[in-house]
Amino acid sequence: MLLQIHEPGQTPDPHADDRGLAVGIDLGTTNSVVAVSREGQPEVLRDGDGNGLIPSVVAYGEDGSVLVGREARRQLLERPESVVSSIKRLMGRGVADVKTVAGTLPFELDSAAAGGMVRLKVAGRTLTPVEISADILRAVKARAEAAQGKTVDRAVITVPAYFDDAARSATKDAARLAGLEVLRLVNEPTAAALAYGLDNGAEGLYAVYDLGGGTFDISLLHMEKGVFQVRATGGDAALGGDDFDHAVAEHFLAERAAALGQTTLTPAEAKQALATARVAKECLSVSGQGEWFIDLGDQPSRHALDRATFEALAEPFVERTIGICRGVLEDAGVTPAEVKGVVLVGGSTRVPLVRRRVAELFGRPPLANINPDEVVAVGAALQAEALTVGSDTLLLDVTPLSLGLETMGGIVEKVIHRNTPIPVALAQEFTTYQDGQDAMLIHVVQGEREMVDQCRSLARFVLQGIPPMTAGAARIRVSFTVDADGLLTVSARETVTGVEQQVSVKPSYGLSEEEMAVMLRASMLHAREDMELRLLTETKVEAGRSLLAVRAALAADRDLLSASELAAIETSLAALETLLTTADRAAVQAGIDALEAATKIFAERRMDRGIRQALAGVSVDQLDQTLPPDA
Amino acid sequence: MMNQETFSAAAALLPCWSCKGPVAARALFCSTCGAVQAPGQADHFTRLGLPRGFALAAADLDRQYFGFQRRLHPDRFATRSPKERALSQQQATALNDAYETLKDPLRRAAYLLRLAGRVVDVEQAGTVDDPALLMEAMEMREALAEAAEPEAVAALQAKAERDVAACVADLAAAFAADDLDGAGRLTTRLKYLGKLADEAKARRMRLTRHDF
Ligand SMILES: [Zn+2]
Repeated sequence: MLLQIHEPGQTPDPHADDRGLAVGIDLGTTNSVVAVSREGQPEVLRDGDGNGLIPSVVAYGEDGSVLVGREARRQLLERPESVVSSIKRLMGRGVADVKTVAGTLPFELDSAAAGGMVRLKVAGRTLTPVEISADILRAVKARAEAAQGKTVDRAVITVPAYFDDAARSATKDAARLAGLEVLRLVNEPTAAALAYGLDNGAEGLYAVYDLGGGTFDISLLHMEKGVFQVRATGGDAALGGDDFDHAVAEHFLAERAAALGQTTLTPAEAKQALATARVAKECLSVSGQGEWFIDLGDQPSRHALDRATFEALAEPFVERTIGICRGVLEDAGVTPAEVKGVVLVGGSTRVPLVRRRVAELFGRPPLANINPDEVVAVGAALQAEALTVGSDTLLLDVTPLSLGLETMGGIVEKVIHRNTPIPVALAQEFTTYQDGQDAMLIHVVQGEREMVDQCRSLARFVLQGIPPMTAGAARIRVSFTVDADGLLTVSARETVTGVEQQVSVKPSYGLSEEEMAVMLRASMLHAREDMELRLLTETKVEAGRSLLAVRAALAADRDLLSASELAAIETSLAALETLLTTADRAAVQAGIDALEAATKIFAERRMDRGIRQALAGVSVDQLDQTLPPDA
Repeated sequence: MMNQETFSAAAALLPCWSCKGPVAARALFCSTCGAVQAPGQADHFTRLGLPRGFALAAADLDRQYFGFQRRLHPDRFATRSPKERALSQQQATALNDAYETLKDPLRRAAYLLRLAGRVVDVEQAGTVDDPALLMEAMEMREALAEAAEPEAVAALQAKAERDVAACVADLAAAFAADDLDGAGRLTTRLKYLGKLADEAKARRMRLTRHDF
């Protein structure tokens, strides 16, 4: 018997008219893109000149002004000490992860900030990558609001599939600072596959090769009847087109040093060399050779470069991507010939060497009928629509990296293996190794290597209050939960006595809740109102659910109530309905509680009737709603 | 007095968290108010609406899994109340657990044996009391260590994969004949054959990835 499954209706939102559609944002290393989808028709939001790309560059003024995008990029060479680019490379990273050019960082770091997250000194301020990313997101949000003429406060934001937990958390924190609710973090190659697959009716196994400015991802997806199932993913969160720039800059600077004698570089000069190298790279993607000038300290130098030399410089990086692709194919037990098509994503796939090597690996030319710069944002917009309005498509993604715990001798015990479908929850049991041990350090790491110091440390916490027992008698159950955004929560419990500690993993390189609170206050004059508005919205959604539930119950079992009881419930319903038009969260919550109190007896009678019917032999099957899949 | 059957029929009813009315314990959604329910206790086969058994076509498993995920995945509940979002995550997690367990023949076999009250540990390296299997493994490892050419390693890998496939076929026959002792032995064998195939694969990758 097929039973009707009632879909809970949406409560009309009193502010629906002021609220714009949820958007999709590709927060890229080099450029960011925002798109929106209406009735399955995605559209990239552009500026007055038709540019879809917003350079992910932020210029900070001494007067506290913040400029993002094209204009900021123009200032990159004029006042490099105040302009930040490629900040995505530092999301969730420590100081040791930062790349240098000729021994010089393209950023000035705040050395006073001990450990944890990198802090940059820019225009007299000290900023974290989260705050700088938030500034980019504010500009993206502003563009979306200008295009829609409405407030935009909900977004799907894409992240590299290979982003670790620290970088994902940092991205979510940045969105929060910018006043955006993240509906979902979606992996970039998955978003690209969604956009490409829906547009082309692709079915079967596809590879998405995504080489951006600072990150590389390769994902294998199976697409079938609207289900996009990620089979395996791999990559390197610190490998991208920026590396080509670094290699070219190093080459130019070596030539320069040979001609003019060794000079020490300032961060500003390193930035200029990088900018020149980037121009050279872009030129050599379309032409065979060229000549560039580096003008530092009144000593210009000339540098000729042809494509063959450029490719020799870029080759080691491209080969690393090809090696990672092979590994992912092996992981999935797939030969290149079984892959029906290769989708190229990311501006760095415009480099001819990249296209050639990808074509050689897969034995077929990659698909080129998409704009590699915009496809990720388009996919994110489609997903934003799917999450808010509904859709027939479904994305099933995986964890890119294994998650585990440190055990004796610094060895990693994996709890969740890479390429496991998310959401996922798994637990592992450990025991004490000393008599009377009353605490245990839980050290959470991410990565594929066997030793703790070769993996990324995500968090440490101590399970305390273990009752004294002999070594090996305690049973400590550590549970890992990864949600649909790929974010991890870890809890530990001593199962004999039930002592429990839970941490949502705030990574070693992340911001603490206190730091976030301070930043929220500093960045938003209306932080408190913003938080209150969000809570009000949540409470109203809950109220909508209660109204719907009671109405459905009345429709089914109204006969269990006397006329006066029915009237009392209807009064509560009407009262809550009225409260929904107000902005008084406490009153709405009180209305929910009042409705629950008013329906208490009704609920008891309904349960009684259900049990009486079951006892009287009314078949359980009539009550049992097993789901007909794809009915 | 209640008899056992009617008692369990009544016990199979729980109050819906949202409308508080009766819902069958196994229900995914409340038939009255439509609210998604918590994933109840169910074995992986029941959860995915599949008959319990070793023989399982990948296409059937995928179809059922996708069908349930289409209705229960957190993406379907992104704008709903926090409680509904949390329950959908639990449901999707339970589906993923079932899918991952049943997809892999080794884990499926071990799971079936566990349902039948027999324990085969497929995660940890246990001791093997099958001398023939030990001998086979030793010979394979020696051959692998001696094989210097990628082609020779690839041939060994192909053999290991054929052995795995043959063992899976034997397991299917054992389960079909309800021969749980045989199935237990074959499950241990499959675990070791799988390891050998992985080792051969890893060695071949090391040999062919000189450019990496
Ligand atoms: Zn209900």
